[in-house]
Amino acid sequence: MDPPSSLKLLGSWADSHTHRVQLALKLKGLEFEYQEEDVINPSPALLLHNPIYKKVPVFLHSDRPVVESVVILQYIDETWADNPIMPSDPFERADARFWCHFAEDKLAPAVGAVFSSGEGQKAAVDQVHDNLKLLERELRDGAFKGQRFFGGDKIGLLDIVLGCGSYWLAVFEEVMEVKLVDPGTFPVFHAWLKDFEEQNEVKETIPAIDKLLEYARGIRQMMLRLSNGTSTTVPATAGTTGAINVAVDGSSG
Amino acid sequence: MAEGENKGLVLLDFWVSPFGQRCRIALAEKGVEYEYREENLRDKSPLLLKSNPVHKKIPVLIHDGKPVCESLIIVQYIDEAWPDRAPLLPADSYARAQARFWADLVDKKVHPPSAFHMYESGTKLWKLKGEAQEEAKKEFIEILKLLEGELGDKKYFGGDTFGLVDIALVPFTAWFYSYEACANLSAEKEAPKLVPWVKRCRERESVSKSLPDPLKVYEFVCFLKKLCSWHVNGHLCRPEYIVGGFRHGRLTSFVG
Repeated sequence: MDPPSSLKLLGSWADSHTHRVQLALKLKGLEFEYQEEDVINPSPALLLHNPIYKKVPVFLHSDRPVVESVVILQYIDETWADNPIMPSDPFERADARFWCHFAEDKLAPAVGAVFSSGEGQKAAVDQVHDNLKLLERELRDGAFKGQRFFGGDKIGLLDIVLGCGSYWLAVFEEVMEVKLVDPGTFPVFHAWLKDFEEQNEVKETIPAIDKLLEYARGIRQMMLRLSNGTSTTVPATAGTTGAINVAVDGSSG
Repeated sequence: MAEGENKGLVLLDFWVSPFGQRCRIALAEKGVEYEYREENLRDKSPLLLKSNPVHKKIPVLIHDGKPVCESLIIVQYIDEAWPDRAPLLPADSYARAQARFWADLVDKKVHPPSAFHMYESGTKLWKLKGEAQEEAKKEFIEILKLLEGELGDKKYFGGDTFGLVDIALVPFTAWFYSYEACANLSAEKEAPKLVPWVKRCRERESVSKSLPDPLKVYEFVCFLKKLCSWHVNGHLCRPEYIVGGFRHGRLTSFVG
């Protein structure tokens, strides 16, 4: 059994990619040391261990770094075999990887773009809906039909990747006053998300919704200020569009 | 559906696609037989549209009727479906994580400047001119140097064994000639340590049989460039409607 000191995670409290790794470690019953990073001013440790992307999350196992959250998740799964998060069948593994890539490449950027205004926002909301329709279809009629979670009876890789990030949908609905996940239009996805968020390990990982709302509102305020060309002072705690990118889309690992 | 169509391996592909070539290399490394089907990207087959409804893109590997999409996912699938021979990923989990990281980096970084994706977003190297092209060149050179640094003095990216990262990157080497001709960017000069690696890879039958002749790639790029500059009814020609006319390395038809 690895001593807790041999596992370390450099992350950011509002970053969904960090939450993915935290959740995976929790599901595996692994203890680890956590170091909060200021994403605007990365620590020397972060720059040392992730010199190419300079972003969270960075997972350290006996001081050896692994970066990019989906790479980290697979590393954790392959190093500690109990409570597997990947399916064993090669085709199911390919499917899980495909939809993880979809979540990072298509869904997350569209969700992040909802933060923009005017025509850009409408296009982003439409894009989110189009992407959710594809997921809804897979859950309802496709590869994951009849399953409680994407991973089957238990949470798996795809649940972790999609789930840690999907809470932004509710946050953005409130902050941007748009409808993203209508239970009537996406009943299966909506039910899956509610079920996922009720799992103990998930509740212990994802920050409280009011903290996320405050964070998102802060960023929205700052973006409006910057686009209006008024104050250029950036409040230390609020972060920037870079931070919202870190929090939401595929810009972080 | 024809009898037996649900059995076996089919690769839906397009001859010049570096992503398709990754799959061909992986299948050849495993010594697995499959049916290669060239897609007309201007007129995609019902099978392609059904097999990849989300992206509608090649390559798609169909194994006993079940489709696998996205080249790096396909390569890992091939490795996991035929685990008994020619492993494409290392056994050690940390080394596997490194391989996945670098293969993903090739996709994130090398892919955008590729001329093949000119009709998507980052056409950069041969479509752009002037300052924009110089910027793209600088970016591309940085990536090459990064990869050169990672390769170091190793035989292949993973060490002694040819694997995922080599497979991810080597198809783009068939475009080096085009980058030089169009953008005056010599990958060989900028990243000389990659040159012996390219040679080593090309000595493998899986690679030499899967990669196109760089001159044919250049012909293809020129064809697209020409069409890119045509104006039809006052609108810039959209090459994705035309590329299907350039098949098997020969111009067979085109639309204006």
